[in-house]
Amino acid sequence: MESTVVSSKNFNAYFGDNHVVKNVTIDIPRNNAIAVMGPSGCGKTTFLRCINRMHELIPGTKTEGTLCLDGEDVYNMNPIYVRYKIGMVFQRPNPFPNMSIYENVIAGYKLNGLKVPKADQDNIVEKSLTKAALWNEVKDSLHKKGTFLSGGQQQRLCIARAIAMEPEVILFDEPTSALDPISTASVENLFNELKANYTLIIVTHNMQQAARVSDKTAFFYLGELVEFDNTKQMFTAPSDPRTQNYITGRFS
Amino acid sequence: MIRVHKIILQEGLVNFIDMTQLENEISALKAELIRMWILVQSQMNKAKEAMLQFDQDLAREVLVKEKRVNSYELSIDNNCENIFALYCPVAVDLRFLLAALKINTNLERIGDIAAGIARYVVESTANFNVSLLEKSQLLRIYEESVNILIDTRAAFEKEDTTLARSIFKRDEVLDQINIAAPESIAELIKEDPRSTNELLYILSIIRKLERVGDQCMNIAEEIIFYVEAKILKHQETSSNK
Repeated sequence: MESTVVSSKNFNAYFGDNHVVKNVTIDIPRNNAIAVMGPSGCGKTTFLRCINRMHELIPGTKTEGTLCLDGEDVYNMNPIYVRYKIGMVFQRPNPFPNMSIYENVIAGYKLNGLKVPKADQDNIVEKSLTKAALWNEVKDSLHKKGTFLSGGQQQRLCIARAIAMEPEVILFDEPTSALDPISTASVENLFNELKANYTLIIVTHNMQQAARVSDKTAFFYLGELVEFDNTKQMFTAPSDPRTQNYITGRFS
Repeated sequence: MIRVHKIILQEGLVNFIDMTQLENEISALKAELIRMWILVQSQMNKAKEAMLQFDQDLAREVLVKEKRVNSYELSIDNNCENIFALYCPVAVDLRFLLAALKINTNLERIGDIAAGIARYVVESTANFNVSLLEKSQLLRIYEESVNILIDTRAAFEKEDTTLARSIFKRDEVLDQINIAAPESIAELIKEDPRSTNELLYILSIIRKLERVGDQCMNIAEEIIFYVEAKILKHQETSSNK
């Protein structure tokens, strides 16, 4: 049986009085790609950001219920440790503009003041870029600025930066919405390889992408988790009529 | 909650109000399948009439119209392919399209059966003896197979899975007539050896009509798959269904 890596029980999130995530209970299995979909404003990105406590950066936020990583409540952990274990890749590629490709990959260590010997750094950079399917393209230009890369390459650099910290879970917030179809395909191919080592939670507006890349899909609507099931089941015979209406474009 | 695709049967009068583009395409496809169904039904009825009246002109008409059935099949295949390519359907829409492709094939085969019966009439040198048609149970199996075809269409139009499920039991009647046919035809040949050729034609037609029941059963399974997302294929007994 698959073990659970992230689980939430009756989890709620608020922005001030606005109840954004409502009573979400979900068990996310390890080494799976999980797609999270739903209309704009349904709470899916907020839920994603709650997993590594990113939402706390916004004033007036509040959470209730439990959200655990490996059985331990992330809200009882040091948030910096939480973000070591749960990496994040955002909608637009955001490599540090003043850093080289090499420095971008190793940035997590540098910015946290962790001393890593040069040989180990080289090793981490090569391993992370290889896992992000970028090594062959950039191995001869590691000291060029990351911003010189194409959009798809920049996004894979951001993935390499997340991988470098050896997280258990990587959160993706619409990771290909700013990319062209070829770059999108390269990032999607990468998901398949990454899930051997990491658990991927991907918020996406692109339903076909959810169908292509994920093992399981969660559908959020008005802050509630409506349905969480195997992706094949969700896209052939969803059990909730709201899911069916959404994925067939009949949502009113 | 199952959405019923709104269809108005007259050609060109599909209800396009408040529907997405994909829903429009699916409604148009459903209307086209129903038009094909009506044509196949008419082919079956005309082949029967041609056989009873020994009307070889009517039988030839059935053979000519078989080309129209074939062109419906090609057009529906093509429309399904386009919808798959352009709209990437999922859930109930995906199931409908998969079912439509198979129903299309089943209907085309029933069209072939009607044409096969008409071909016997065209090839025959003398009219069929109506009393032999009755004694051999051919008329009964013919009537029942056409009724099953009509009711399967009604189940498809109304997305009525109870009616679709009733087809499985009714197909058993056709199976029983078909199983009993060799013995009863052999008896009739012994009684009147001069009718051997005619009785062998009758046996072949009974065999074909039994296949109409099987095709309708396949269609009923597709209707249940499309509406309820349940797969009934290759289950051992009809009582399981």
